Amino acid sequence: MSIATGRTQETGQGIGQSLLRPDGTLKVTGEFAYSSDLWLDGMLWGATLRSPHPSAWIRSIDVGPALKVPGVFAVLTHEDVPGEKFYGLEHKDQPVLAIDQVRYQGEPIALVAADHPETARRAADLIEVVYEVREAVTDPRKAAFDLTIPPVSVHGNLVRHQPVRVGGTFTADVVVTGEYEVGMQDQAFLGPESGLAVPAEDGGVDLYIATQWLHVDQDQIAPCLNLPKDKVRLTLAGVGGAFGAREDLSMQIHASMLALRTGKPVKFVYGREESFFGHVHRHPAWMRYEHGADRDGKLVYVKAEIVLDGGAYTSSSPAVVGNAASLGVGPYEVPNVFIDAYGTYTNNPPCGAMRGFGAVQACYAYESQMDRLAEACGLSPVEIRVRNAVSQGSLLATGQVIDTPAPLADMLRELDAMPLPGPSSLDLRELPGGVAQTTHGEGVRRGIGYGVGIKNICFSEGFDDYSTARVRVELLGDEPHVLVHTAAAEVGQGLIMVKTQIAQTELGIDRVTIVPADTTVGSAGSSSASRQSYVTGGAVRAASLAVKERLDALTADGRSLTQVLAEEGPVEETREYRHRRTFPMDPLTGQGDSHTQLALCVHRAVVDVDVELGLIKVVELAAVQDVGKILNPLALEGQIHGGTAQGLGLALMEEIQVRDGKVLNPSFTDYLIPTILDMPPMKLSILENPDPHAPYGLRGAGEPPTLSSTPAIAAAVRAATGLPLSRVPIRPDDIALAVLA
Amino acid sequence: MHEVTLIVNGVPRQARVPARRLLSDFLRHDLGLTGTHVGCEHGVCGACTVLLDGQPVRACLTFAVSVTGQEVTTVEGLAKDGELSPVQRAFAECHGLQCGFCTPGFLTTVTAFLRENPAPADDEAIEAVAGNLCRCTGYQNIVKSVHRAAELMAEEGP
Repeated sequence: MSIATGRTQETGQGIGQSLLRPDGTLKVTGEFAYSSDLWLDGMLWGATLRSPHPSAWIRSIDVGPALKVPGVFAVLTHEDVPGEKFYGLEHKDQPVLAIDQVRYQGEPIALVAADHPETARRAADLIEVVYEVREAVTDPRKAAFDLTIPPVSVHGNLVRHQPVRVGGTFTADVVVTGEYEVGMQDQAFLGPESGLAVPAEDGGVDLYIATQWLHVDQDQIAPCLNLPKDKVRLTLAGVGGAFGAREDLSMQIHASMLALRTGKPVKFVYGREESFFGHVHRHPAWMRYEHGADRDGKLVYVKAEIVLDGGAYTSSSPAVVGNAASLGVGPYEVPNVFIDAYGTYTNNPPCGAMRGFGAVQACYAYESQMDRLAEACGLSPVEIRVRNAVSQGSLLATGQVIDTPAPLADMLRELDAMPLPGPSSLDLRELPGGVAQTTHGEGVRRGIGYGVGIKNICFSEGFDDYSTARVRVELLGDEPHVLVHTAAAEVGQGLIMVKTQIAQTELGIDRVTIVPADTTVGSAGSSSASRQSYVTGGAVRAASLAVKERLDALTADGRSLTQVLAEEGPVEETREYRHRRTFPMDPLTGQGDSHTQLALCVHRAVVDVDVELGLIKVVELAAVQDVGKILNPLALEGQIHGGTAQGLGLALMEEIQVRDGKVLNPSFTDYLIPTILDMPPMKLSILENPDPHAPYGLRGAGEPPTLSSTPAIAAAVRAATGLPLSRVPIRPDDIALAVLA
Repeated sequence: MHEVTLIVNGVPRQARVPARRLLSDFLRHDLGLTGTHVGCEHGVCGACTVLLDGQPVRACLTFAVSVTGQEVTTVEGLAKDGELSPVQRAFAECHGLQCGFCTPGFLTTVTAFLRENPAPADDEAIEAVAGNLCRCTGYQNIVKSVHRAAELMAEEGP
């Protein structure tokens, strides 16, 4: 495991500086140990047999042929699960290994450990499973509303229905309606799922794993292994991206079961195809919206029905539904609201956390509606948004008061004032689609669009959301040195750097080492919901301040810090940090202070569209985001760029195509993510209006840009083509065939 | 089984491998050089890119036996005498990486590219890495890294 030491560049120390990533050197030399790089002598390789059917009874499983393969050490099924047979983030409804039925294509059925990965895979293929295939439930709207549809889950087919009810006026002078769809997006991190389980002498297991939340993994793994939690010890291995896909378990229990059974270390590395079946995806959504406004474009009401397909198991669907409902009208003042948000169970691939988490889908719909409303009122897209924009003191649809700065109108004006790129290029290489296309750009049209998004930061709806940090100051080579220990997952976002900077700032000591994250320190919560700078940052700050207080007392007699540490030994403090309490949404009205922090981002997209070919080139993306306080400028920009690119992917190319419950494109040949040629140059303006409740006034920053870039790009394509384009990703034939017609 | 003899990062290496052993698996499993990452297994993502006699190739699309007698440079071979190469330094300095999983493929690709084109224009820099996927950065800081590496190389000479 790597221990990285952060030093400030010449620019100084602490927050606000573009500190280099402490793990940067290891990552550019190839020495950083990702979970897939772990290796122990004598280790075995695990493989998983998965269901080819989205819905079937399992009549029998014969592991005999697999056991006969030379080199195979164990073949396990549900009968071998030592403890509880089910796990899950919110409901324990997902079987560790399928028992009598499978509910989605790719559901794990059996495990093999062998001395070579290929042996393990081949043996897994020899396991004989007799299925009785059933008709799959694949239409989430039917699943939600048609009671004659057979239940996929023991809970029925509805995960959660969350209404939001405000006011009673649902008539207006100007009314626009729309139906919108969002396809199923994949997180598509570059480093597929992997991990290494090592059996321990005490009968427990040590697991080295790429995850987003060590302690919630531990909470789910231990009961299934029938072990006390202290015998299931997790250490974070190098994480090759996450974006929500590592919030649910993948092979954690599987590897541990095989390690405990064989008494040998067992490593799993999913391939890319298996990865598509090994984690949850972004919920696809079907949304019906109706916006009513007066003739000046001021919103009177919003009605919406939002259906989110959660697939076969619960995962984090309830919280995703909560976000879609509570943020379903966007960052606009709306006096009357009538929203119904539903999450469903189907036999489609399970869906759960992905960057933006329920807010992304709603944002695409309400922003599309705002453009329709602008047109109906004869206003510009910027003006309609400015007229309805929230500000500090406004109410969300949930009745929650926005009690921190929310200068949306100013952000929109600033975005609008940014210079536009030059006209469409006639250089063939610059055409949408590039030189290989058949036209000379005769059909190229320019379009500009805007998008606005609001995202809750940290966990909402009453969740006890906290982090823990242990900070220790000691002498290392006669110099004061800080050790920061948390269980927070560095997934690439740069938390390792932010923790370093906070310790430097509070302790005034340049030399900081981030201890590897593991379960020997208290929970840090998840690296999701844009929350780690806030919550783990807050914990590191609190622990650093506690250490500082003790050091100040010890040095009050005039001794130097070095002297004190030499004479008194190391000084260490552990602190938990909680953000402001949140509350559940009322189950009938959706009212409640369900969020602790809200963050805004606005995007402008400029596109060139070849309307005959249906090809789109995004020429430029500009964004204004309020982050409260910039902790590390370069790293922050990287987050906004990266989030924007994932929103671009959702707008134009990324979709897991599912037919009859089966995934058609589980590879990077067929599931497209943006390359550097798809991602245009960006203009950024980053604002610092502090949130007084958060450490340093910061706002979580990773997710908001993922919301607003998608509708901005879709709006720009609509502007270029004049087509309604109500579904993302927008496909070439959505444009070319419509133009032909 | 087939005898493979090649030079990896300046060191002669020899091994007996099956005919279908991929260069990526050979480097990672047989030689223990895990800096070469496998992201898609079919030549799309570019994370496994290594230099074969100085030219970038996808290690996941190359059989180990086919490179016998040749010289392979992996990410582990880019630093010289413990000092990071200009390309490595530029990516670390410009935040041209976040999770870093794709980074080895970018570094090898850019190393070969800047040897041929030491002062690239923006579009040339972009085209050079158009075959590599990064999911974290949105590529903006990667473009900066390529230009910064060119600057560092110009300052420091060959």
